Amino acid sequence: MATEGAMESLQPAVGQDVWSGGVSPYAVVPKKLGMWLFIVSDAITFSALIIAYSYVRVASPDWPRPFSFMPSIVNATVMTIILLTSSITVVMAVRASKMDWRGSTAKWLMATMLGGILFDVLHIREWLGLIGEGVRLSRNPWGAPMFGASFFTLTGLHMTHVTIGVIYLGVIAWGFKKRKFTADDVEVSGLYWHFVDLVWMFLFPLIYLMSAKTA
Amino acid sequence: MANATGHVHVEPKKPFLVVWGFLLAFTAVETILAYQQFALKVMLVMLMTLSIVKAALIISYFMHLRYDRPSLAWTLMPALVFVILMLFVVFPDSVRLYLMRPR
Repeated sequence: MATEGAMESLQPAVGQDVWSGGVSPYAVVPKKLGMWLFIVSDAITFSALIIAYSYVRVASPDWPRPFSFMPSIVNATVMTIILLTSSITVVMAVRASKMDWRGSTAKWLMATMLGGILFDVLHIREWLGLIGEGVRLSRNPWGAPMFGASFFTLTGLHMTHVTIGVIYLGVIAWGFKKRKFTADDVEVSGLYWHFVDLVWMFLFPLIYLMSAKTA
Repeated sequence: MANATGHVHVEPKKPFLVVWGFLLAFTAVETILAYQQFALKVMLVMLMTLSIVKAALIISYFMHLRYDRPSLAWTLMPALVFVILMLFVVFPDSVRLYLMRPR
């Protein structure tokens, strides 16, 4: 019909000029854009906390450096390797999902979840060790009292993200296998997991390596 | 992913495995650096430079931003970098506190 033809010509062209109000200027599904916006806001939350930690650290000449090579630095390095490896397994899951390999996608996602659980276990062990040495939110045996508050807040928020990520990936793995979710859902959950990995790339050197016991 | 002609495009694994290798190598370098005799500020600059490179690799490759339309990166990244830089405004005050503390 002539009217339909006229309506079609009113539709903005996609891909000619991304800033001219096309239907999909970013050429991503809405949920992916939504996850990116969440990641940016979450990155600002972590940045604010890292800056707050840096503020009290710069202001405190007696900031403790309690992390000995064995077990703390080795433990944190292994945790970093686990998280980086869990990122590559998520890449494999996204790749498998795009080829509609349902079983393979679920297996790669479960491997990622295993990495997340292992990370949490090692981290909780580290926490218990510090608590056993007398570290609390407002005091510790070595120096600046804010050490405990900043350490537990930053690593605790990150550990919460890892734990939520494990649950999120579990739901996606189950739903993708049952054909309730699509490859887009796997990709969006992968974005979240990579972000959790990315945050640790700053926490590991700032919290652990900068407070390594060297003498 | 199946395209309009029904063919499945298999994404190569190699670039991602190479990036993963670099990320592991940078992590090893960071850990070694922590035990070298550098001034704290020099150490901080070196470790943060490596962390920013690692973050850029994760965002570009693992989070796929270099394969998406540039408009997405241009919408998200400048705002994030700007806000983070604005947070640095507090540091002169922490240096003031440091200088006031008895040692």
